[in-house]
Amino acid sequence: MNPFSSGTRLRDMIRAIRACKTAAEERAVVRKECAAIRASINENDNDYRHRNLAKLMFIHMLGYPTHFGQMECLKLIASPGFPEKRIGYLGLMLLLDERQEVLMLVTNSLKQDLNHTNQYIVGLALCALGNICSAEMARDLAPEVERLLQFRDPNIRKKAALCSIRIIKKVPDLAENFINPATALLREKHHGVLITGVQLCTDLCKISPEALEHIRKKCTDGLVRTLRDLANSPYSPEYDIAGITDPFLHIRLLKLLRVLGEGDADASDSMNDILAQVATKTETNKVAGNAILYECVQTIMSVEDNGGLRVLAINILGRFLSNRDNNIRYVALNMLMKAVTVDAQAVQRHRATILECVKDSDASIRKRALELVYVLVNETNVKPLAKELVDYLEVSDHDFREDLTAKICSIVAKFSPDKIWYIDQMLKVLSEAGNFVKDEVWHALIVVISNASELHGYTVRALYRAFQTSAEQEILVRVTVWCIGEYGDMLVNNIGMLDIEDPITVTESDAVDVVEIAIKRHASDLTTKAMALVALLKLSSRFPSCSERIREIIVQFKGNFVLELQQRSIEFNSIIAKHQNIRSMLVERMPVLDEATFVGRRAGSLPGTASSTTAPSVSLPNGVSKPVAPLVDLLDLSSDDAPAPSSSGGDLLHDLLGVDLSPASQSGAGKTSNSGTDVLLDLLSIGSPSAPSSSSTIDILSSNTSNKAPVSPLSDLSPLSLSSRATSNAGAAPMMDLLDGFSSSPPTDSNGPPALPSITAFESSHLRLTFDFSKQPGNPQTTIIQATFMNLSSDTYTDFVFQAAVPKFLQLHLDPASSNTLPAAGNGSVTQSLKVTNSQHGKKSLVMRIRIAYKINGKDTLEEGQINNFPRDL
Amino acid sequence: MGIRFVLMVNKQGQTRLAQYYEYLTLEQRRALEGEIVRKCLARNEHQCSFVEHRNYKIVYRRYASLFFLVGVDDDENELAILEFIHLLVETMDRHFGNVCELDIMFHLEKAHFMLEEMVMNGCIVETSKANILAPIQLMDKTS
Repeated sequence: MNPFSSGTRLRDMIRAIRACKTAAEERAVVRKECAAIRASINENDNDYRHRNLAKLMFIHMLGYPTHFGQMECLKLIASPGFPEKRIGYLGLMLLLDERQEVLMLVTNSLKQDLNHTNQYIVGLALCALGNICSAEMARDLAPEVERLLQFRDPNIRKKAALCSIRIIKKVPDLAENFINPATALLREKHHGVLITGVQLCTDLCKISPEALEHIRKKCTDGLVRTLRDLANSPYSPEYDIAGITDPFLHIRLLKLLRVLGEGDADASDSMNDILAQVATKTETNKVAGNAILYECVQTIMSVEDNGGLRVLAINILGRFLSNRDNNIRYVALNMLMKAVTVDAQAVQRHRATILECVKDSDASIRKRALELVYVLVNETNVKPLAKELVDYLEVSDHDFREDLTAKICSIVAKFSPDKIWYIDQMLKVLSEAGNFVKDEVWHALIVVISNASELHGYTVRALYRAFQTSAEQEILVRVTVWCIGEYGDMLVNNIGMLDIEDPITVTESDAVDVVEIAIKRHASDLTTKAMALVALLKLSSRFPSCSERIREIIVQFKGNFVLELQQRSIEFNSIIAKHQNIRSMLVERMPVLDEATFVGRRAGSLPGTASSTTAPSVSLPNGVSKPVAPLVDLLDLSSDDAPAPSSSGGDLLHDLLGVDLSPASQSGAGKTSNSGTDVLLDLLSIGSPSAPSSSSTIDILSSNTSNKAPVSPLSDLSPLSLSSRATSNAGAAPMMDLLDGFSSSPPTDSNGPPALPSITAFESSHLRLTFDFSKQPGNPQTTIIQATFMNLSSDTYTDFVFQAAVPKFLQLHLDPASSNTLPAAGNGSVTQSLKVTNSQHGKKSLVMRIRIAYKINGKDTLEEGQINNFPRDL
Repeated sequence: MGIRFVLMVNKQGQTRLAQYYEYLTLEQRRALEGEIVRKCLARNEHQCSFVEHRNYKIVYRRYASLFFLVGVDDDENELAILEFIHLLVETMDRHFGNVCELDIMFHLEKAHFMLEEMVMNGCIVETSKANILAPIQLMDKTS
């Protein structure tokens, strides 16, 4: 006897697992058991196969892998005894699924068992087939199942019926073979056969139009009779539930009648009486009765119109809806949802009750009710409904707010009768649940605001007020900051006052306060801060008196560790301090954003934006309908034939605004290469290392020469490529940059000296060595070399040592290597940094002799070489 | 197919019986069970017995320390499933005599046999307790 398989009994194993206090203990017990079971399987131990499988089922239920027991199921199924087969089939259904190849092996056993003389064994095989049969098995075994539909024992017939459902779903072609035997089942008296027969017919009708036609013609009357007999049947203890005989059969019959009556007036007509009877006579104080009524209402709503019945059904739903049992209310809401398409008017009558359900304490009911309200909203009732929902938003559960907010925004956007109402509602939502508002929603709001020129003043004042109470709502802050930036002057001077407004006094510095709070709030994210920065720039022009204060705020971001904010801060500071003459032109109001284009874009980009709610980069579609001149468009400089800025100015603006679309180093490159031409460009001088912001072009040039990098890729960027870059960016939304400018582009260090090209310093058939160079600022003589070694062979190198020698005019310092083992086939690398100081800098180039020693499988290998291909001027 | 899975879970959220009528991988099952058990067990008895999760509707009912959870299609009659759970419990009661968690744990295969007689391929097969239990009793008698 196998020492392992003598292990525990099933009962003991379950006890052991139950006694486990932690998941780790449980895993240990299971692991031990699994090991014993595997050992036993390997021994091919017949005595314990049965018990092993029972254990495996338990282990499987706990969620551990049990695939190694699959073959045991097949062996048990193939064994002659009933108990073995029983557990084997159970294991088959639990441990296997139709996708596994092992299943093919069982087809033969199934076939034999379907033809077995013992009807219980036939039942087992049918049950297993019904649960797991695949398309191939369905084809192979369909004749057996078809035959068993006429088996003498009803318990076999009912299982064969359900098995047939599986078969026709897997292979719809086979459906026609089953139509006749299926309809025969409908005449049975045995409830099990009847209920399964009805289900089979329902599925046949769904799969095959011929079956539907046939059953509709031949069986409708019979089914009506069966349902009537059932509804009127005297008490039968075996099927009685709460005074109703077999509610499950009731429900299946009603479901089939629904399928038959849908779209067929005659069939619908013939079932009117019985539907009316069920709808009126069914006991309603128990779950079973209500379940039948619920199904009956569904059937009435689906079959061809009969006014009287519909009224009856809607009344039942009304009763359900006012029921105190939450389950009943839930199904009522569910049903009303389906009834909306049939009779919206009738559902509207229950609006008040449904609205109450939105406020229910039960999340399931709230969810249903909210969905229902959503479909009930139309132009006429949007105002009161939205008001209710918005009011409720204040007190709603945290979990529910996201859903609710999304629905309110959608309703308001879809049905708003006028813009002021839309803006009002959105402001309420933003103040209450601003953090749940999706990006596309507030983008849309800004588009609407910008289009409603007569409401600019009203909106900015309303936002200002809302900000005073709800400054913690990020999205509200963003919209407020944007509007103050754009329409700050209207806020201060009460321009465009509407009759409904209370006048407020806001000073220029109050307005700046708001933006300052927004930009300094710790919770503000990058987008908000960037928007605030832009708003400040705009305000500096709108409120000349605050200009100095604004500059001070902006300057504080000069040292911000987020490159984008830092860069903007320096640029904006420079604009405020030194370019008064162009400032007002730069920060003119945004052109009106084209709503149609925006909607179009949104529709097009919806799938993309749906997931980007938390991403810091927000692409705000700004309706740039003229992609040819987005920069000009952006700043509204071309309107009214204003003198267009010079092309270099355009580039400047572009660079000012178009940062994130190209890596920072590249835009820096564009700037320096272009530098000789325009003083304005010193704005951009942050791209080069030593140029102070007040520098003139000379600075840029000198810093450029000091780098002395003739092979630098920067020089590739001719003005031509710069302009092509501008146009390639043009299609994207430049306003994005104005507002947030922070794409996920890595904050490449544009302050560093220009990049030097890497070289392959040494290459043999086994090894490649590449050098990456960098310079320390202010120390042109010294070059830092990052050496990277790649193993090109299939053997791992150990005891890897790199040595280098240089002529006397050079000084060399080697740092330790990152490892002395180099993995095979390029699966990793060793890096080592070298510092070379060239005392003859500018006169002589670097040169180096190297030696690389390593062991392959313990065998010493040596490679040597000289490196002459260093970039010049290192 | 109406019923997509039947779960029995104790108060602590440990699965005591799981039967799926559609294919899910082991990981998917564990994740699904964890999610719905958390969701359902957090609800109180005044709340309704239906929870929507992913594309399932879960009908659940609590009996002492044991939760019965049935995942169904969207167009299934929720109230009928609620009644069906009760029928299942009554059937087990009749066999085990006041069924409890331990009965199901230690007679997992019998619980499965009963369920097998009641649900097949996600459809209800039989609603008569006598008919459901007949084969099981027969087997008990012979063994």
